[in-house]
Amino acid sequence: MRRFALLYDALDATTSTNAKVSAMQVYFAEAPAADAAWGLFFLTGRRLKRLVAPRLLAAWGCAFAQVPDWLASECFGLAGDLAETVALLIDTQRGTRPAAQEPPLLSNLIGEQLLPLREASEDEKRAAVLALFAALDRRELYLLGKLLTGELRVGVSSTLAIRALAQHASLSPATVAHRLMGAWEPSAQSFAALLQQGAADADVSRPYPFFLASPLEQEPESLGERADWLAEWKWDGIRAQLIRRSGGAYLWSRGEELITDRFPDLSSAWAALPEGTVLDGEVLAYQDGAPMPFAVLQRRIGRQKLSAKILAEAPAAFMAYDLLELEGRDLREEPLRERRARLLALLTGRSERLSVSPEVTAPSWAELRALRSGSRERGVEGLMLKRWTSPYQGGRRRGDWKWKIDPYAVDAVLVYAQPGSGRRATLLTDLTFAVWSAGELLPVAKAYSGLTDEEIDRLDRWIRQNTLERFGPVRAVKPELVFELHFEGIAASARHKSGIAVRFPRIARWRDDKKPADADTLESLQALIRAPR
Amino acid sequence: MIAESAQGLYCAGGAFHLDPAGPVERAVLTHAHGDHARPGSSSYLCTPQTAALIRRRLGDAPIETLAYGERRRIGEVTVSFHPAGHMLGSAQVRVEGAQGVWVLSGDYKREPDPTCAPFEPLRCDVFITEATYALPLFRWDPPAAVARDILAWWEGNGGKASLLFCYAFGKAQRLLAELRLLTDRPAFAHGAVEAVSEVYRAAGVPLLPTKIIGEEKKFAGALVLAPLTARGTPWMKRFRSFESGFASGLLRIRGARRRRGFDRGFVISDHADWPSLLSTIRETGAARVLATHGHREALVRYLRESGVDAAPIGALQPLDEEGD
Repeated sequence: MRRFALLYDALDATTSTNAKVSAMQVYFAEAPAADAAWGLFFLTGRRLKRLVAPRLLAAWGCAFAQVPDWLASECFGLAGDLAETVALLIDTQRGTRPAAQEPPLLSNLIGEQLLPLREASEDEKRAAVLALFAALDRRELYLLGKLLTGELRVGVSSTLAIRALAQHASLSPATVAHRLMGAWEPSAQSFAALLQQGAADADVSRPYPFFLASPLEQEPESLGERADWLAEWKWDGIRAQLIRRSGGAYLWSRGEELITDRFPDLSSAWAALPEGTVLDGEVLAYQDGAPMPFAVLQRRIGRQKLSAKILAEAPAAFMAYDLLELEGRDLREEPLRERRARLLALLTGRSERLSVSPEVTAPSWAELRALRSGSRERGVEGLMLKRWTSPYQGGRRRGDWKWKIDPYAVDAVLVYAQPGSGRRATLLTDLTFAVWSAGELLPVAKAYSGLTDEEIDRLDRWIRQNTLERFGPVRAVKPELVFELHFEGIAASARHKSGIAVRFPRIARWRDDKKPADADTLESLQALIRAPR
Repeated sequence: MIAESAQGLYCAGGAFHLDPAGPVERAVLTHAHGDHARPGSSSYLCTPQTAALIRRRLGDAPIETLAYGERRRIGEVTVSFHPAGHMLGSAQVRVEGAQGVWVLSGDYKREPDPTCAPFEPLRCDVFITEATYALPLFRWDPPAAVARDILAWWEGNGGKASLLFCYAFGKAQRLLAELRLLTDRPAFAHGAVEAVSEVYRAAGVPLLPTKIIGEEKKFAGALVLAPLTARGTPWMKRFRSFESGFASGLLRIRGARRRRGFDRGFVISDHADWPSLLSTIRETGAARVLATHGHREALVRYLRESGVDAAPIGALQPLDEEGD
């Protein structure tokens, strides 16, 4: 665990990509294989399920450090991070490093001490955690807190971790990325398997790394000839890979979750696919030849049990974008034009539940632009543009573009603020915004991003000087500042007091020019909710 | 005996202000930092070391000095200075009168510091303590260990320059003095740092030798000490390839370093950490504790819950991020 704590610090202490890669390479080379496997697990953005509720970690930390709750809450307000607060409180109380004993290996800590806590009672968890508090130093305590609450994140991208491992193993990053797809379980054996030279891949369910498009920020004319590009609708569903191999079928979300069981209504469609087929596409709720709003699909995903009623209300469909494997052969290096022709031949006329995402055939950029402006009415998020000659590349590459429609916009008043996390831990950057309803401000959205560093500093000062009331880390502020918020979708929601839920809200602009009275109303937001088809 | 006034703390018995916020008749100063020693008063009383540090800033104003431990009768009270361990010349002000003994700590710390006399615990009836870092988040590692970290960082940066940002007034000299115990490699100093270092050297404080930057072009492998205000200015253009570090107590909090975008943070402060605040308050034996600066409300509540008579005092100032 000490080795991983040092790696964590080293990654934290540099902004240089090369320095990060070489620190990880050294870690992979030096750590015992089981530890390296767990390290890789976290470096590639995977997480453990929460083992201990944050409020319990806070309570045990306070008790161990002999700090009253209110004082710990002040500390949390400044540090902005629970695991860090607990680590520092214990470190301060102790005054020195713990007795010079080696901390457990990362793999032993997780495998033998933490994972068994899943089945443990609260008292057993408490005893185990307090014993660890006594044995670990400040850095290790911080990691422990993150592990217990399931929030350990490391400041590198998965791509970078894969690059480091590929360099360590003398393999191509694509090979390592592919071997890591799907249900990769960390262990000494699985780590050794990752490093094998040219070994055949045994896991039949394993998906390919997804390609990710970049947002198109210029006009599409800058891309050259319209005829060089395939245009498709950008569907608003769950991006997924459908794998049909060795008698089975597997549906993987882009978050690398196996979601096959969530879509029994698709099983007959994909069972009919030939052996050795892999499709990239979008799972949608789909009825009468048109997609239903994302919220409908989301309601269905949220259900533990899929009743016949739900399946009838929100029938699923798989809209295929691309064909990655056919008859067991990897097609990813073939040009898009070839893959698309094979995809059409494979799926045309097969089923409404399994079809090819249609080509949008406007002959010029101008005509395409006109069609894009009607995206919202079609229930899509805009257009995708892919070069006909391009191979299928994993990861985010510049080459394929998403040309999204302009987001929804609303002017809202800042009403609450609390500290952010990570690099914004000491700044009040988690903001809650409200609109008018019957003469009162009703919170409708939380937003974290969109301001420049200068604006964040300025806003932080303003909030501290204009706090009306504090509830733990949350501050109610004078309702004076107006911000333009952007969001991607809006739906009715029984879970929110305002009765609406917005998707991906973020701050577009600080509207210094507007007074709170100029902010939007709940009625104007409700009017944006598209009537279900 | 000491109460709040429009210009800060005031001792009526001696008719003087302590670290006044604006111009007054007679100012008694704890130390030389700008938020404690302000220009414009008619006369000043401070330690000789502090006088040397502020003379240029205060212009022609008469400055009387009083050495550590020396007692002076002012009006109805007796005043003396005692080392506070914050920086060169920093003092606690002990005021004795009909209402007993009051001590104003000024800024202080308990860790060893080769640039100044160590904090002297004083018994008193009322102790006015600073509370800049009065939260149990804050505990400092031994400064020698931090200095070793800085040296290792410097050496580990190879051919790059190591830009160490810190408060030019006191903190930089403390770092130079600590580093001198570990190495004799000269460092570069920004002009703002060098000006203060000259006063320290003249006062007999040994520092790591420094070179001024001037027209120098080559900084490969060099350590450069600079104030935070130099960051992001054209002054930085001379360094082609560098790593940046920042030395401050606030960097104990991870987010505080990350959002400033420094490669490395070194946690070293000239203020008292939480354990030092509590132990110092105990040592004074004071029946009443008044807390000023920083997180004073937290300290006051904590002391009250522990059965100590405590209250906040003085204007609330925002936490000075660099002045520690």
